[in-house]
Amino acid sequence: RNVVSTNLLRTQTRLLHVGEANVLPSEVDKQSAEYKDNASEMGKLVTELRNLTSQVLTGGGQKANDRHTSRGKLLARERINLLLDKGSPFLELSALAGHELYGEEVVNSGGIVTGVGRVCGTECVVVANDATVKGGSYYPITVKKHLRAQEVAQENRLPCIYLVDSGGANLPRQAEVFPDKLHFGRIFYNQANMSGQGIPQIAVVMGSCTAGGAYVPAMADESIIVKKQGTIFLAGPPLVKAATGEEVSAEDLGGADLHCKTSGVTDHYAVDDEHALYLARQIVSNLNLPATNSYNDQLLQSSQANFKKDNTYVPAAVEEPRYDPLELYGIVGPNLTKSFDVREVIARIVDGSRFTEFKKLFGETLVCGFAKLYGHRVGIVGNNGVLFSDSALKGAHFIQLCAQRKIPLVFLQNITGFMVGRDAEANGIAKNGAKMVTAVACANVPKFTVIIGGSYGAGNYGMCGRAYSPRFLYMWPNSRISVMGGTQAANVLAQITQDQRKRAGKEFTDEEAQKLKAPIVEMFEAEGSPYYSTARLWDDGIIDPANTRQVLGLSLKAALNNAGHDTKFGVFRM
Amino acid sequence: TEANAAAPKIRPISKILISNRGEIACRVIRTARKLGVRTVAVFSDPDEKSLHTQLADEAYRVGEAASSASYLRGEHILEIAKRSGAQAIHPGYGFLSESVEFAEQCQREGVIFMGPPSSAIRDMGIKSTSKAIMAAAGVPIINGYHGEDQSDECLQAEAKIIGFPLMIKAVRGGGGKGMRIAEKPEDFLTALNSARNESQKSFGDSSVLLERYVRSPRHVEVQVFADQYGDAVYLWERDCSVQRRHQKIIEEAPAPGLSEELRRELGEAAVRAAKAVGYVGAGTVEFILDKEDLSFHFMEMNTRLQVEHPISEMITGTDLVEWQIRIAAGEPLPLKQSQITRSGHAFEARIYAENPRGGFLPGAGPLRYLSTPQTSAEVRVETGVREGDEVSVHYDPMIAKLVVWGENRSQALNSLIARLGEYHISGLDTNINFLIDLASHPEFQLANVHTGFIEQHFDTLFPPISISQQQVSQAAIALVFNELQASVSNSSGSQDPFAATPNARLNYALIRNYNLKANDKVHSVDVKYNGEELQIRVDNGAWQAIKAERVQDVGRLKIRANIDSNISTYNANIDGPTVSLFLESGKLDFELVQPKFLSAQVDQLGAGGSRVVAPMPGVLEKVLVKPGDQVKKGDSLAVLIAMKMEHILKAPKDATIKSIGGAEGDNVAKGAAVITFVDEEVAAN
Repeated sequence: RNVVSTNLLRTQTRLLHVGEANVLPSEVDKQSAEYKDNASEMGKLVTELRNLTSQVLTGGGQKANDRHTSRGKLLARERINLLLDKGSPFLELSALAGHELYGEEVVNSGGIVTGVGRVCGTECVVVANDATVKGGSYYPITVKKHLRAQEVAQENRLPCIYLVDSGGANLPRQAEVFPDKLHFGRIFYNQANMSGQGIPQIAVVMGSCTAGGAYVPAMADESIIVKKQGTIFLAGPPLVKAATGEEVSAEDLGGADLHCKTSGVTDHYAVDDEHALYLARQIVSNLNLPATNSYNDQLLQSSQANFKKDNTYVPAAVEEPRYDPLELYGIVGPNLTKSFDVREVIARIVDGSRFTEFKKLFGETLVCGFAKLYGHRVGIVGNNGVLFSDSALKGAHFIQLCAQRKIPLVFLQNITGFMVGRDAEANGIAKNGAKMVTAVACANVPKFTVIIGGSYGAGNYGMCGRAYSPRFLYMWPNSRISVMGGTQAANVLAQITQDQRKRAGKEFTDEEAQKLKAPIVEMFEAEGSPYYSTARLWDDGIIDPANTRQVLGLSLKAALNNAGHDTKFGVFRM
Repeated sequence: TEANAAAPKIRPISKILISNRGEIACRVIRTARKLGVRTVAVFSDPDEKSLHTQLADEAYRVGEAASSASYLRGEHILEIAKRSGAQAIHPGYGFLSESVEFAEQCQREGVIFMGPPSSAIRDMGIKSTSKAIMAAAGVPIINGYHGEDQSDECLQAEAKIIGFPLMIKAVRGGGGKGMRIAEKPEDFLTALNSARNESQKSFGDSSVLLERYVRSPRHVEVQVFADQYGDAVYLWERDCSVQRRHQKIIEEAPAPGLSEELRRELGEAAVRAAKAVGYVGAGTVEFILDKEDLSFHFMEMNTRLQVEHPISEMITGTDLVEWQIRIAAGEPLPLKQSQITRSGHAFEARIYAENPRGGFLPGAGPLRYLSTPQTSAEVRVETGVREGDEVSVHYDPMIAKLVVWGENRSQALNSLIARLGEYHISGLDTNINFLIDLASHPEFQLANVHTGFIEQHFDTLFPPISISQQQVSQAAIALVFNELQASVSNSSGSQDPFAATPNARLNYALIRNYNLKANDKVHSVDVKYNGEELQIRVDNGAWQAIKAERVQDVGRLKIRANIDSNISTYNANIDGPTVSLFLESGKLDFELVQPKFLSAQVDQLGAGGSRVVAPMPGVLEKVLVKPGDQVKKGDSLAVLIAMKMEHILKAPKDATIKSIGGAEGDNVAKGAAVITFVDEEVAAN
C-alpha cells in the first residue's frame, strides 16, 4: 500500500510542475522477491567481473612483474597513470581480451593495455605494451586489440600515444599475425594515414622495439626513448651476429644515445620512465590542436548555457539521474527470458532521468527519444520486445532525425530479433527491418551500443551491433550474444535432422534428439557468454551496469572529438 | 621638570606622521583614524606596497631598503612632516623612537615628537646615569662593582655592599669562563681566586667585576604614562621573562604570582622613576624580579611605546596610542591612578619568521599562504602584512602579534593556544608551532617563568618530532582534494564526464602512490579511488576507509575527514611540492617527493656539490676567495649577513673557484649560487 501511495504522490507532484513533466517515473517494487533475486544474482555477476578483472591486472604475474620493475621500469598501467592528467579517468578498452583464448597460455589483457584518457586536457588513445606478458609479444589478439585502439583513435580523431615495450611478433604464431590485411603491418599503415589526417602519433620507447616494432617510433610524429631501457633496431644482436658476424650490445646497436645523438630515429632522450612520460605530456601540450570541446560548446550554447555579461558562458550543473543506478541490478537480473521496461534503464542513465519520447504510442516494442548525458543531447533507441514492422519503421525515422540534427545515438540492445511468421513476412518485415538497418548503417553521427540483455540475429544489426561500427560497444555481464538462442538453434537443427530422417524413412527418437541438442545448447551457452565475446574483441569491454552512465559519458566525450558529418542514406526500400 | 610647570598649552593634532613601518605603523593609523586624525606614512622602496603605506591617508617615499637609508633619516622625515602638514610625529618603536637627536630636531623645528623630552631619553639611555638617578629617587637598583681597584680588600668591601649571592665575572670573560658565584660571604675569597686564575689562564688578565646574582630572574616591566603637567600613572605590570636570543617572544599581563602589594610597589617605583627624569608620554620601566625572594631591581627604562603594549591595554581597557596622541596634544592624563582598574589576563605571542629548531635563526621570504584567527574584543591580531607580502631581510622579521584576553590566566592561555592553532602561515618558517608548544608546556601553564625558561626546558620544548599515520593520511587527502579541484577547473565544469568521474577505472579501483616526506622520513601513501569512496594505506599498513569533504571556506582548502571513524577538520595548503597541514598542534609540512629525473636534470645543470648557495636571504658581507683559487673542503668562502647574524659559507669539497655570484654588499636571495666551482669533468678535458 505504501508503494502505491508514494507513486500517487509522485504522479501528483509531476502534474503540479511542468518542469518535471519529462522525468521518467519508476514503477520498480524494491520489496518484491523478484527484485531481490535479480539484485543478488546481478551482484554476483558483477563480483565475478571485478574478480576476473583484478586477475588480469596482475599482467604476467608476480615474478615477471618483479623482474620488470627491478630494472627500474614501471608496469604498463602505472605508466598510463603517470601519463594521464591527475584525476583523469581511464576508459580502458577490452581489459579481458585474450581471456581463455590460448588454452594453457595466459595472455592477460592480450598483452597490451589500451584505452582513452586525458593528457594535458586532450583526450588521447593510449596503447601500452605489457612486457610482463609473454615479453609483450604480439599474439593475434594483441594485434587485433592494437588495431582496434587505432580504429578508436581514427574514428574519434584522438591523438595516439604508444608506450612501446615489446619483443615484436609472436614467432610461433607468425602466420596469424604477420601477413594478412588486418595483421601487424596494418599498425604502421594506420600510423601513416592517421598522421596524414592530422591525428598526432607519439611513441615512447620504454623497452624493446625490434624488427617490425621498430617502425612504431620510426613512423611516429615525435618519439621519446628511455636511456638504458629502450632499444630500437630492425634486427637484434643475435640476428646481427647470425647475419654478419658483428658482435654488438643491444644498447650500442639501438639504445637511446645512438638514436638521439647519431641516428635521429628518436627525438627526445629520457633518463627514466617517469621522465619519458613527462616528455610525452609535453609533446601533447604542444600539439596545438583545435579546442576539443568546440562541438560541445555549440551544443551548450544552443541549449542550457547561462551567459554572463562578458559573453562567457557558465555551464549549467548537470542533473544526476533521479534513481540510483544500482537499482539496475534488481530491475534487469540475469534471466533474459524475463522482460523489463527499458525506460527503467534509461531513467538510471540519463541526466535527471529526463526523457522526451518519440512516437510513444506507435511501434511500442522500440523505445525512442531524446535525453541528455552530462549535458550533451543524445538520441536513445532501446528495445522493449521483439521488433515488428512498425517498430522498425519508427526506429528508422528516429535515426534519420538524429542524423539530420547531428545528435549522437545510444542503442540499448536487448533483442531476440525481428518478428517471424507469415503475418510478419507479409507485412514486409524484411524490407522494414532493412530500412532500420540502412538508417543505422549510414547515420553519420557518433553511435554507442550497450548490450544490456540478449543480442540475437538481425536484431543485433538493427540495434547497431559491432558490424555497424558504433564508436564504442559495451556489454553487461548478464548479456548474451549469438545468431539465435541456444535452445532455438538446437530445435532448428533437431527439426532439420528429423526431416532428413523422415525423407530417408528412418526414425528419430526423442533420445536421439536430446543427444543432438545438448551439445548445441552447451556450445551456444559458452559462445554466447559476454566473456567469450570480450576475449575475442567483439566488444570494447564488459561493464558494471551501475557504471553505464559514466562509461557512456566518457565514450561520448571522446567521440565528440569527431562529431560526425552530413549523412547520406542508402536507398530505403519502400 | 621646569617645562611642566606652566599653564595648559593645548596644541590640537589633526595629522600625524608615523616614522615607522609594519604592525606598529598600522596600529597607530587605526587609533588615529578612530580619533579623526589624518595619518602620513613613510616608506622605503621595498615597502611601497606594504600595508602601512596603503592604510595611511598619505604616504611618502623615504629612501632605499636599508634602514639607515630610509627609516633612520630623521631630517628627511621631519621635512616630509612639514611638507605634509603633520603637526606630530609618532616614532613607533625601534628606528628613531629613542633617538635623542631626532627628538631635539623635532623640538627645534616645532614638530611634536610623540615621546618624552630628549633629556629623559638621554638620561635613561646611559646606564650609569640612569642608575644613579634611580638610586637617588629611591628605586631599587642592582648593585655592582666595575672599578679599577682589584685588591682583595676593596673587592671584599664592595661585595659586602652588593650583598649575596654574588657573581664574580672576569672583565675579559665570556662563555661562562672566569665566572664564579659566591653564595655566602665566607665563600667570597675562594671564588674570587678561582675566577682570577681561570681568567688569567684563558684571557691573560685577572681583572674581575662584581654583580648581584639573581638565580632565576624574571623580567617584569611596568607600563607608565606621564603628562606634560608632571602627573604620572602606572598601568600595571607585564611579565616578559620567556625570551630567546635575549628577545621577548611571549608576554603576559599582569605578571603572575605577585601580591597586590608587590604590584603596587612595582608600579609606584616605576612612577617614581618616570618622574625622576621628567618623563612625558608612554614609557616602560623594566625590573629584574628575583623569582625566589620576589625582590626587584631597576634594570632600564624604555622611553617609547613597547611592542607588548596591547596586553596592558587589554587588562585596563585603554587605548595607549590614544593616550599618546592626547598627551602629545597637551591634554592631561585621561585617567587618574585610582581610576585605572585591572580586569582579567592577557597574553601576547610574537609570531616571527624564524626557525626555532634551527637555533631560532631568523628568516625571510614570501607569505605564500596566510590565514589569521577571527578577531574580536578578546582576540587581536596586530600585523603589517597580508598574504602574498614578503618578510624582508632588511627589517625585523616579526610577522604579527597575537593578543588574547581571558577572564583569568588559564582561560587566556587556552585561548592563546587555540588561536595560535588558527594562525596559518606557509611559505616560510615561523615560530608558531614553538609558541604552541611553549604555551602548552606544563611549567609555563604553572607560571613558573624566568629568563632561562627555554634553556631549562629545552628538551621538553623541542621533543623529537613524530609523524602519525593519521597525519600522513590527512596530507594525502589534501593532495587528493587539491587534484580534484585542478581537474575540475581544467574542464568545462560538471558537463565534462572526465571531470565528473575523477580517477575512474573500469571494474577496478585505481591505486595511486604518493611519497610524502616529513621530518626527513619518506612515507609511502597509497590512495585507492573506489568511485566516491577513498581508502588510504600508509607505509603498506592496513587500508583505512576515508570519508572526506571540503568545508566551504572561500579560497581555502579546509577539509573535514573521517579517517577510520576519527573525524577531524583541518586546513591545508598546497604550494608546489609542499603540503602544509594546519593542525591543532600547529603546522606540519610534507614534501611530495619529486621524480628522480628532476634531480638528474639539476645535476646536468651543475648543482649537486658544484656550487654553494645562500642558505637564507641576506647581504653578502665578505667574499674570501676569487675565481681560480684552489680551496680545500671546509675552507671559508664568503660571509653572509642576515638579520644581524653572520653565516660563513664553506667549501663542500676540494675544488677550484669558477665564479662568484655577487659583489660584497649585494643582496642575495635564498638558494642563489654564491660560489660556483669549476666542473671537474670539464676541467679534466
